[in-house]
Amino acid sequence: MPDRRTTAVLDLSGLDALVEVLRGQGRTVVGPTVRDGAVVLAELDSARRLPFGWGTEVEAGRYRLVPRADGAAFAHTTGPQSWKAFLHPEREKLWSVDRGADGELSVTEERPPQPSYAFLGVRPCDLRAIAVQDRVLAGGRYPDSGYRERRVGAFLIAAECTEPGATCFCVSMGGGPGADAGFDLALTEVVDADGHRFRVRSGSDAGEEVLAAVPHHPDDPATGTAARSAVDAARERMGRAMPPVDLRALLAGSLEAERWDDVAARCLTCGNCTMVCPTCFCTTTEEVTDLTGDHAERWQRWDSCFDLDFSLLHGGPVRASGRSRYRQWLTHKLSTWYDQFGSSGCVGCGRCITWCPVGIDITEEAAALQAETSAGLPHDDREEPRR
Amino acid sequence: MTVSAPTLAVFKLASCDGCQLTLLDCEDELLTLAGRVRIAHFLEASSAVEPGPYDLGLVEGSVTTPDDARRIREIRAQCRVLVTIGACATAGGIQALRDFADVEEFRRTVYARPEYVETLATSTPVSAHVDVDFELRGCPIDRGQLLEVVTAFLAGRRPDVPNHSVCFACKRRGTVCVTVAHGTPCLGPVTHAGCGAICPAFGRGCYGCFGPSGSVNLPALIPLLRRDGLDERDVRRLLRTFNATAFDPPGRDTGADATDEEVRP
Repeated sequence: MPDRRTTAVLDLSGLDALVEVLRGQGRTVVGPTVRDGAVVLAELDSARRLPFGWGTEVEAGRYRLVPRADGAAFAHTTGPQSWKAFLHPEREKLWSVDRGADGELSVTEERPPQPSYAFLGVRPCDLRAIAVQDRVLAGGRYPDSGYRERRVGAFLIAAECTEPGATCFCVSMGGGPGADAGFDLALTEVVDADGHRFRVRSGSDAGEEVLAAVPHHPDDPATGTAARSAVDAARERMGRAMPPVDLRALLAGSLEAERWDDVAARCLTCGNCTMVCPTCFCTTTEEVTDLTGDHAERWQRWDSCFDLDFSLLHGGPVRASGRSRYRQWLTHKLSTWYDQFGSSGCVGCGRCITWCPVGIDITEEAAALQAETSAGLPHDDREEPRR
Repeated sequence: MTVSAPTLAVFKLASCDGCQLTLLDCEDELLTLAGRVRIAHFLEASSAVEPGPYDLGLVEGSVTTPDDARRIREIRAQCRVLVTIGACATAGGIQALRDFADVEEFRRTVYARPEYVETLATSTPVSAHVDVDFELRGCPIDRGQLLEVVTAFLAGRRPDVPNHSVCFACKRRGTVCVTVAHGTPCLGPVTHAGCGAICPAFGRGCYGCFGPSGSVNLPALIPLLRRDGLDERDVRRLLRTFNATAFDPPGRDTGADATDEEVRP
């Protein structure tokens, strides 16, 4: 028997009630809010903290908040953080060890109670990014137990995209502005002459249960049509697109491209692209001791392939040049990710373009690689056998 | 404390004392530290001095006089492990601005009896004179990082002091990028992490007090600083502060288009 799935309409007080119900369940509600000139993700004590009346204008290396007359809450593009800041935090203690007076070591695994999150306003690109991180961190033989616990307990409320930004390209990555799976509830914001409201669809039993506890109106044709056409229109308004080629093959065949030198000249190797990327998952582990030498801890921290220490082996870093580090990032993201995890590592959210201080554009780099490759073999060294 | 506790010595060359003061600033950990090492030479804390050799030497300050240059060799010879602390010791400090100017002219202009002043034409990091086991950056150094270095030395391990950019720290702490979102000039992308990205957290750009990160592409950053309102002179001034010669070595083209401006007293 198929599970019951409801479509309904929430007004603004319904949205307030949604947050209250989730908080009443003991959940930590996280969603977009305005801080320091950007829409960031933070714990919300009320739906009133959402960025009502704020839009965003983005370009490569540039992000600005702009006021919106319609008062919409979800009319902004992706900000500097993604949900990985909560599911896959930048720093996590894994275990500690103490040496007793008798010299015996006692190891304590860190298994703190994980917060039960409710994410409000997850973009469809970010839903796909969470699914990618699920495969990386919670799938396979050695799942990250902290990630899995937080993820299993998380309640996801999607906000379909009706205002894509100039750096968005999810459609060309096989996604789109609509949410079709992977959520508990999906909202589509509608602001028109009939008022400010949210078409809501449940996507799970947990979503169905929460929706039942929130005052809502029945779905109506006008709201349904407005919601669908806003999402359809968004599909046509993506600011950017990846070149329509097999990116996996393109990157695999571009290892010696001249373009890597060109991008390396512009790349600061600052690591921002990997930090803002919603799928980049790399961590390092560090052991630290205290002054007494009788207490040690192991911490997991976000790392980045742009960090020289990332590939540090005896004798130095394997990827010392900016060229080799950028190439590693892009090749992994668009190509070898398939080999490892069965999909692309890119969902087209555009964060790496917006938040790169010098505005390096992943779609432009892919297009340049494609142009170089399709122009034939410009160099004799391309004829050399693979080393 | 036991007789066999490793000995710690703190030395100072040309500097403001702020970095060695950081050691005294470790208030909560100071007693534990004093229980783990024997502080054998630390003039800022005590005039009682034990003779070397020492197990761990911390050196603050840059080499600016012939006497410093001689003394640092003696210090090196006395210390099993030598760690330099702060922008002066690791990069020459703010006093390395002299490297861009005519020190002889300073001496004549500033001092009534210039013949009393014996100084070198440059201010150089300790590593330009002797082998250094570890360089801890910052103006001043970070208290937590200093403790980490001392702790790592005691445990015989590598200190956990990453040399990536300040951008890593901003993103980890959730600070909105001041360059991308506000158009504020910021040296974060080329600056060594370690401070915890304090300045951007308060909405201002990084001014590079921890010196260059392990991976710097200054020619890529300078057009950004110019776009965000700094003229040639401003860019030069931003680069030439506490780590002047590390970011912008005299005679090397960093892309700042810096025809060396004459520095006058």
